[in-house]
Amino acid sequence: METSDKVIHAIYNDDDVLMAAVKTVKAKRFHIEEIYTPFPVHGLDKAMGLAPTRIAIAAFMYGCVGLTVATIMMNFIMIEDWPQNIGGKPSFSYLENMPAFVPIMFELTVFFAAHLMVITFYLRSRMWPFKKAENPDPRTTDDHFLMEIPVNHGNERELHDLLSKTGAVEINVVNNTH
Amino acid sequence: MEYKISNRLRLTAIILMVVGALGVGFGFINSNKSFEEVETMLANESHHGGGHGEAATQEHGEHHVEATAHGASEADHATKQDNSHDSGHEVVDEHTKHVNHVMHAMHNRPWSAFYVAAFFFMMISLGVLAFYAIQYASQAGWSPLLLRVMEGITAYLLPGALIVLLIAALSHFIGHNSIFVWMDPDVVAHDKLIQGKTGWLNVWGFIIRGLVFIAGWALYRHFSRKFSIAQDKADDNKNFKKTFRISAAFLVFFIYTESMMSWDWIMSVDPHWFSTLFGWYVFAGMMVCGVTVIAFITMYLKGKGLLPHVNDSHLHDLAKFMFAFSIFWTYLWFSQFMLIWYSNIPEEVTYFVTRIEDYKLPFFGMLAMNFIFPLLLLMNSDYKRVPWFIVMAGVVILVGHYIDVFNMIMPATVGDQWYIGVPEIASMLFFAGLFIFIVFTALTKAPLTPSRNPFVKESEHFHY
Repeated sequence: METSDKVIHAIYNDDDVLMAAVKTVKAKRFHIEEIYTPFPVHGLDKAMGLAPTRIAIAAFMYGCVGLTVATIMMNFIMIEDWPQNIGGKPSFSYLENMPAFVPIMFELTVFFAAHLMVITFYLRSRMWPFKKAENPDPRTTDDHFLMEIPVNHGNERELHDLLSKTGAVEINVVNNTH
Repeated sequence: MEYKISNRLRLTAIILMVVGALGVGFGFINSNKSFEEVETMLANESHHGGGHGEAATQEHGEHHVEATAHGASEADHATKQDNSHDSGHEVVDEHTKHVNHVMHAMHNRPWSAFYVAAFFFMMISLGVLAFYAIQYASQAGWSPLLLRVMEGITAYLLPGALIVLLIAALSHFIGHNSIFVWMDPDVVAHDKLIQGKTGWLNVWGFIIRGLVFIAGWALYRHFSRKFSIAQDKADDNKNFKKTFRISAAFLVFFIYTESMMSWDWIMSVDPHWFSTLFGWYVFAGMMVCGVTVIAFITMYLKGKGLLPHVNDSHLHDLAKFMFAFSIFWTYLWFSQFMLIWYSNIPEEVTYFVTRIEDYKLPFFGMLAMNFIFPLLLLMNSDYKRVPWFIVMAGVVILVGHYIDVFNMIMPATVGDQWYIGVPEIASMLFFAGLFIFIVFTALTKAPLTPSRNPFVKESEHFHY
């Protein structure tokens, strides 16, 4: 699809109206570039047809990494490197002393799964401390919802009519900033 | 939606009960071996000999007092049952002692198998009753469509629990204390540790406590069912509020009695052993099984088109509970095991020593079935909505928890003479038949969808 340097910002002030508008716009086969909301709107991703997140799968794999790290680490330290007799615990093989290692195996699994998942989330959604905010309208952090639709050769009029019918309280055509 | 039990299901239940009863009878007859028969049997498999000696010491020999007690009581039995080997109260030679030990273990086996199966099905309906009370007390909005299914399952509780208690009592009165060794006055007379516990562990105390527990559970079940049906025809929510109140009260009663029940009915098979979180451990097992059976029966009825409003989100929630309670069970299992293994105090650790030595496969196998299987099968959100996937995970969970109960009872009663053979399977079939018969008969007694439950609308539109 050809990219244009203009986008339409349709602003709504109710999430139900927004949901209905998304469905209308999708039905007319317009591409929705982005939607800005002040809070999660239940079912919005489905209405927009976004692909489901795969972050849970990533977390599962990170958990497996954590479990492996814990096992290899303790096997090396406690069994292979220096199998000392500590209070009569059997250090002959990993399995024999395993119950004592389980708390650490568990915690490291959770630690890796949780932290790496959060970091993945930050990376994938491009969030970091000195990131410049990408907010087209500050009201969307308070009580307004904004739908951004790119304008392609002269369908501006048609889009404008459609969006005003869906109950948008404000429709602006702006130059694309990103 | 009105449900009518199909003839095929009723017939299946009856066949299960008949086949099971025959198998149980066969088990009792077959296990009734005399001293000589056991002696010949042991001679034929001589390689077993050393193992039994060891196991006998493992099981009974941690305290000198106890070992003596057993020697004496076994000598007593020998006197009663076989005069040619009569040695009275004098020191019994090792061989006679050993053969006697094995013989008693074999006599205990059909009793224990019957008891394990009875307890397993009782625990399913008790777990469901607790789950049911939680749904009311927490005013859950997703579950009211399933309340009638739960009420059907809890119909088994009263007969099932009475049967468990009856088997326990009969094992004393006609079975020569086949399940609970502390019921044997001969053993107690020679055992200082049990003597110290007779204030709690005495036959009549056991029976009366059991009746009190059962009465409390059955009363709650009776009234909650009554109010639940009355609510369908009422024009206000008075009945619902009453159920809410008695559910909260029942949950308090339940958590005390469930804990004491698990000491009485399970932990006391090893009267020298004790564990503080045992009640919780048993509770976690019964909740998993209960939720699994709710899911099974819901899927069955839904498959017949009798629960039209139940959707895959309800199933998803049940599967989440199966998953979460499986992990909770594992957490408690491990907490109990690891604390005892780590500190390795002889008086506590024998419990696990006998289980790991004589029950290696069931002991660790059930861990795989109750933890690793549900963990991997039910982790994926999509799989929790696929009926055959839940059935697959549920079957593994139920078999795993049967083995869990098996592992709690058998090592104390039959020791290394265990086998999952005719008595065990027949007992399971018998109680499975009885369970199906009672539960599905109870399901026909009321409409399957509670019509005036204040949360039923929310439940019908439940969507995750």
